[in-house]
Amino acid sequence: MEIILISLLNGFVYGMLLFMLASGLTLIFSMMGVLNFAHAGIYMIGAYVAFEISRLVGYFPALFIAPLVCAAIGAAIEVWGLRRTHHNGHIAELLFTFGLFFIIERGVQMIWGMLPVPYRVPAVLDFPLFTLYGINFPAYRGFMLLVAAGMLLGIWLMLTRTRIGLIIQASLTHPNMVSALGHNVPRVFTIVFAGGCGLAGLAGVIGGNYQVTEPSMAAALGPIVFVVVVFGGLGSLGGCFVASIIVGMVQTFAVVVDVSLSDMLGGIGTWIGTKNLLGEILSVPVARIGPLLPYLMMVLMLLFRPRGLLGTRDT
Amino acid sequence: MSGSSSSSALGRNWLWIVVLLIAIGLPWLFYDWEKARHSGFLLTMLSQMGMMIIFALSYNMLMGQAGLLSFGHAVFFGLGGYCTIHFLNAAEAGSLPLPLEIMPLLAAFSGLGFGIVFGYMAAKQRATAFAMITMGIGELIAVAAIMFHAFFGGEGGVSANRMIERSVLGVGYGAASEVYYLILTWTVIAALLMLFLTKTPLGAMANATRDNFERAQFMGYDPRRVRFLQFALSGFFAGLGGGLYAITYEIVTFDAVAGALSANAVLMTYIGGATIFYGPILGATLITLLQSGLSLLSNAWLIYVGVLFILMVTFAPAGLAGMIEAHGPIARAGRMGRLAVPYLRLLIPGGATLLGAVGLVEIASFVTIGAAQGKSLSVFGYKIGVDDTMPWVIAFALLGVGGAWLRIEIRHFARVWEDVTADIKQRSV
Repeated sequence: MEIILISLLNGFVYGMLLFMLASGLTLIFSMMGVLNFAHAGIYMIGAYVAFEISRLVGYFPALFIAPLVCAAIGAAIEVWGLRRTHHNGHIAELLFTFGLFFIIERGVQMIWGMLPVPYRVPAVLDFPLFTLYGINFPAYRGFMLLVAAGMLLGIWLMLTRTRIGLIIQASLTHPNMVSALGHNVPRVFTIVFAGGCGLAGLAGVIGGNYQVTEPSMAAALGPIVFVVVVFGGLGSLGGCFVASIIVGMVQTFAVVVDVSLSDMLGGIGTWIGTKNLLGEILSVPVARIGPLLPYLMMVLMLLFRPRGLLGTRDT
Repeated sequence: MSGSSSSSALGRNWLWIVVLLIAIGLPWLFYDWEKARHSGFLLTMLSQMGMMIIFALSYNMLMGQAGLLSFGHAVFFGLGGYCTIHFLNAAEAGSLPLPLEIMPLLAAFSGLGFGIVFGYMAAKQRATAFAMITMGIGELIAVAAIMFHAFFGGEGGVSANRMIERSVLGVGYGAASEVYYLILTWTVIAALLMLFLTKTPLGAMANATRDNFERAQFMGYDPRRVRFLQFALSGFFAGLGGGLYAITYEIVTFDAVAGALSANAVLMTYIGGATIFYGPILGATLITLLQSGLSLLSNAWLIYVGVLFILMVTFAPAGLAGMIEAHGPIARAGRMGRLAVPYLRLLIPGGATLLGAVGLVEIASFVTIGAAQGKSLSVFGYKIGVDDTMPWVIAFALLGVGGAWLRIEIRHFARVWEDVTADIKQRSV
């Protein structure tokens, strides 16, 4: 019971972190048709910038400055990079962000080295919030939830209560109609791209010290975020939210489930043996194949329901 | 390429025959006659080039010919490699009495098998969804390769001995040079087969579904079947490349199926030029050269590859081969001379910009990585202190001034180019 409760909380925290990245990605993807491969790279930049700022002036200024830096980088990428490749089609734009990710990853390795940097939870937030069945729940995770909830509220208010939000919403479903109505769609693109990168930066600030700030952090999280976006469905922030929480839960729960397929199927693995590939697949505990599950979910979703959970158009 | 109308097969393909002769002769040019051995570095590099050429060409069956962007192509290369290791082990144990020369073919058929399985899934989709599902499959296999020991050997990988002492030609394949010629032979065979495939109805339909899949559908073709066939066949050739990889290194680890290699396929193919058949050959050769040459000289060589890629995406979507082909009409009209001076004028500002950019990256890399390794930067024997301001100023100035000058020259070049092409068009009318 306590394992379930703790995993539920942890899964929720991780899911919210994923949502911060995935919401920006899905907004960019549904509006501009660009699958931003550099998104996880921006997340990493957010974490490293936050690390540098928190060394200089402290963690809480970093919470605001680093996302702004990332948003500025995003705007620069959109205006000077993507717009120039736009006329070559979506594939060229995708490849552009792909190359960008490559450069960001090597650049971070060059500047900060291959090893993790000591980006730690600020001392103010470094205490157990409450104790559940003898297991401490760190205050920082509560803070993460708070930031994520604030961001969720912010996005929701902006999308439903402001003019630009309405245009963005309209662009999600009918991008051509919006431009036909005379809105400056390229500027909306820049705003959305910068906003999405800002969110990724924010995720980097609070995720960098929750996990580890190292050059491989982007490559590790990037594909998972794609899984979330595809799983949730295109053009649907709601689906993106549900998918983030599901993937977060799956990843945390997989760690604590210690049964194998063979156990579930009534022990047929015992007569296949474990020496061959089939036997090994059957006998390996779920806890060990945890990292595999999100990709399996994505492939199955694309096979059987290409529009995703709550998506409105096919990917 | 010669463009002459006396087009016998030899006359049209003389350049490729020269390339082949160079590939055959190059190891002997660097042969150390005193110690009676080949240059190991060169052989490794050339062997790697061969595999990568097959790999990039097979990738281009998807990217260039069918317009399918796959982010999991290493799966077929790697699985072909893993299978070959198991075949080699079976051959050594005596349960698979086949000569080594045939092993890559077995690898290719295992690649085809996996291509059929995964192609059945992936071919349902096109465009971005295809990219996503191939990425999903790629990550799935890469994670599985670390996780499962029976087939993949976990993190340590699986290894075998290529000297199975069974050969059609009676060669032992102990020496790297013997393996190199085996790779060369298979590379030529695979490249010719893939070239042949582009001339078949399937190749034509792949192009058709790439350009306008709805129209292809109206004509009665099933784009999904075309995608499936193209995908499975591309798995066949990628598996062949993986088989040669396994034979060369005698060990296959999860690196061979990992995302980095899939990314490499994208880089090689796109930089070389996806729209022209020989583009990936150029790309694979260039990237392998950079990988083996530049990586020794610079910590930051991957940044250069990334920048080159982005420049290509932005300014030359047809890649290196596309740039070469663009000169075709001008060369045939005998007007290359008019481009000579504009090209020379590009040289100085281009060189300055390149020098500035490289200098900047190198100085920056020595601030961090170099300092950590305790190395210092020296150019032609002069030691350069990275804490001084002077090197930075020079690099920035070269980049800024060179870049500005280059823009002017590029505009001039574009004007001349347009003049020349307009001229040629007028004459042909």
